[in-house]
Amino acid sequence: MVYPYIPHTDEDRSMMLSAIGLQSLDQLFEVLGEELQLSDSVPISHGRTEDEVQRMIDSIASRNVRGIPFLGCGCYDHIIPSTVKALSSLPSFVTAYTPYQAEMSQGLLQAIYEFQSMICEITGLDVANASLYDGSHAASEAASLMVASKRKSSTVLVSSTIHPFILAVLTTWAKGTDRAIRILQEKEGVVDLSSLEAELDETCAGLIVQSPNRYGLLEDYNTVADTLHTHACLFAILSDPLSLAIQKSPAEWGADIAIGDTQSLGLPLAFGGPSCGYMAVTESLMRRIPGRIVGATTDAKGRRGFTLTLQAREQHIKRERATSNVCSNQALAALMTTIHLSSLGWGGMVEAANQSYAKAHYLAYHLAQLPGVTLIWDKPFWCEFPLVFSDAKRMRKFLQELRNEGIFAGVRLAALTRQAKDELVLLVAVTEKRSREELELYLAAARRVMK
Amino acid sequence: MSEPLLIDMSKQGRKAYCFPPLDLPRGFDQALPSLPASLSRQTAARLPEVAELDVVRHFTRLSNLVHGVDNGMYPLGSCTMKYNPKLAEHIAGMSEFTQIHPLQDISTVQGSLSVMYNLLEDLSSITGMSWGTLQPCAGAHGEYTGLKMIRSYFLKQGDDARKKVLIPVSAHGTNPASAAVNGFDVVPIASDERGLVDLEDLASKLDDSVAALMLTNPNTLGLFEQDILVISRMVHDAGALLYYDGANLNAILGMATPGDMGFDVLHLNLHKTFSTPHGGGGPGSGPVMVNSTLRPFLPKPDIELTDSGYVYQWENEESIGKVSMFWGNFLVLLRAYVYILRMGSEGLRAASRHAVLNANYLAAKLAPVLRIPYGKRCMHEFVISCSDLLEKYGVSAQDIAKALIDEGYHPPTMYFPSLVSEALMIEPTESESVESLDAFAETLLKLVKRAQEDPASLKAAPITTVVGRLDEVKAVKEPNLRY
Repeated sequence: MVYPYIPHTDEDRSMMLSAIGLQSLDQLFEVLGEELQLSDSVPISHGRTEDEVQRMIDSIASRNVRGIPFLGCGCYDHIIPSTVKALSSLPSFVTAYTPYQAEMSQGLLQAIYEFQSMICEITGLDVANASLYDGSHAASEAASLMVASKRKSSTVLVSSTIHPFILAVLTTWAKGTDRAIRILQEKEGVVDLSSLEAELDETCAGLIVQSPNRYGLLEDYNTVADTLHTHACLFAILSDPLSLAIQKSPAEWGADIAIGDTQSLGLPLAFGGPSCGYMAVTESLMRRIPGRIVGATTDAKGRRGFTLTLQAREQHIKRERATSNVCSNQALAALMTTIHLSSLGWGGMVEAANQSYAKAHYLAYHLAQLPGVTLIWDKPFWCEFPLVFSDAKRMRKFLQELRNEGIFAGVRLAALTRQAKDELVLLVAVTEKRSREELELYLAAARRVMK
Repeated sequence: MSEPLLIDMSKQGRKAYCFPPLDLPRGFDQALPSLPASLSRQTAARLPEVAELDVVRHFTRLSNLVHGVDNGMYPLGSCTMKYNPKLAEHIAGMSEFTQIHPLQDISTVQGSLSVMYNLLEDLSSITGMSWGTLQPCAGAHGEYTGLKMIRSYFLKQGDDARKKVLIPVSAHGTNPASAAVNGFDVVPIASDERGLVDLEDLASKLDDSVAALMLTNPNTLGLFEQDILVISRMVHDAGALLYYDGANLNAILGMATPGDMGFDVLHLNLHKTFSTPHGGGGPGSGPVMVNSTLRPFLPKPDIELTDSGYVYQWENEESIGKVSMFWGNFLVLLRAYVYILRMGSEGLRAASRHAVLNANYLAAKLAPVLRIPYGKRCMHEFVISCSDLLEKYGVSAQDIAKALIDEGYHPPTMYFPSLVSEALMIEPTESESVESLDAFAETLLKLVKRAQEDPASLKAAPITTVVGRLDEVKAVKEPNLRY
């Protein structure tokens, strides 16, 4: 019998068995015991040829429907240069493990070093790790780092304007432990910092905020860092890294920790994953940052080389005293971001961010002229904005009519929060990838519905 | 040849990518409110400014300085470096999957949801469990999720006292770290002279303060925990739960199930057992499967099949909530699904049978020369000790590993598990042919011979790589972590 991906011939099998003094493969499994050995085959389907699998997958794929996406909420349809897929698909990158053996993994280690450098440059902070699972994971790790950094602390303040799914992941993080998440309320679509000082007691380890926030709005963190630091609290800002091409960087706000998701830098939508979380911290937190870190050093001949370093923080050394349990991360996705940024350069990043800004404002400006919808809160935004409908029926009709034009018009906030107060809010995202034609198609359809 | 940093090839004004010009109506630009200065970035970031060909050559050269499964044998123990089928790569690149947004209307993502639903069904059958979640992005993330569910289960019963998790000393480091992250106290369990769980030690530590025992089976010595049914009874009699670390599931596919062994919850590593590529350290995927006891605690949302198709199910009061941003590493899930479709029930079983055959064949070839301290037979991997070489010739496990690099092999896992001194943990997987096993064995035996004749040459290895052994102490003492 020949099985896919198993090279053994009948002859091989019998030769190998006799070399180990056995007659049958079954003998190798006698240790399982009769009680545990399955008598029947596992009830999944029989094997298929490549062609049969492709045909089946084609049929499944046809049940996914593509549209022109004006969808965001943590996952954005930006332009990706063709270099990204071509180079990240090189087989040795794809099929290597974590670079434990530095000498035969220099290419991977150097690419991670370049990734870390770029994340430091973009966030303005000193030290970045090799990646985390996604933005929500980066937020949980930031929360862990905060609590571990302040003796007797247990609570992390989180802005209510943070992405609803990230808030959900943070809530899970605290569940069943002696740690807690406390919410800092919002006012007119942005975090309300007036009560910040009052919230900062001994149990509080830090604050996590997000800009652009869950509504797409940009937040102002003037004086926040000073207030937090006075109370020995850490400051983490979560942001779409592409927005940092034009909005103030976490370092410029005085943050200790920058977190987020690099999806907007070279990763396709992919139904939400793989994405790639990032984290950068100030130098004083260098030995507390979770995950893999690559450093440059030299060999005996003085040649520069790269290696995994500062491993005393990590689970395989420290076990239950590690700063985090993270092991495998999203290395190949981080490589895609590295190739993307290498292709764009800073000029390209600024261009993508500016075009997204301009196109989003163009669409928002014209939608705001229509009856039955408003852009509540006159606050600065970047590439995503909240459109509020006067009634649910109109909103449904709007989404349906635009669907008929092949447009996915936006994300219903209530689909994320599952709260009645958000029922009429539609989040519309516009990236540099949306053409003028697509914008006009959107507007024309919107005008027909909302007249 | 070494490769410079791309930033060092930068030349101002050079571009590797050009965006289409902004084509909004004339005049809109002027009317556009600009970002307030108080919110605007002040400093530019230093990123490479190079031409497209520079990018292409840079990353192509870097990829030449990496060894993957496609380059050669990669017998890294407990990592299951099997072949990653090209078909799965092709399918994971199809635009019908890559261009789908996670928050599209559910009626437009039925294809993706059917992949996830079918995969959950298949993984349930393969593991003998009731259902699961695909959200966790890696093995450690799965551990985190499973332990969180265990904690919630006990809290639901009003039992706040079970704060200990028992973990064998031979376990992967993520096990104790994941337990600690969830607020558990970790209690190590000894191994006995067989290399298996020490039942007496286990009995002495099981009481009403214990939430769970975490086990890898086969364990990290490549040995099947043959007392598992006794262990399961002991753990459950003490009111605790049993957690299965699926790192070594590649030994028993289609032969036995963790469900039958009495495990309540487990995580899988799709990037090990189910052939999805490791990508140089991720993205992986760590689905968590549970029995009916723990099913109510699974993360949200679940996927259900209704008359109108697949839907998300959010209405689960006891759920631990979300553990990742969206639905999991979908493109990794898709690859694993392709692998299962291709292999089928018989193929998966054959994979494990040949993985175990390969390990035993290789172990038998090495045993006359290299000591294998535990087990007469192994499952899918085995651990050799180089302590004799160290004593006699001053050659360590690391020296052997580095010399293997010069021979074109990725070394086995080194110095793990700590039960074995000078350990090399070898997992050939089912992908390797008998010829490739023979060649690897010959190489290792040749190196042992060289340890006697010319130990200095092993200590100098590797010499064929772009750099030799690196100064790790310097890397820690003078951290250089960015350009």
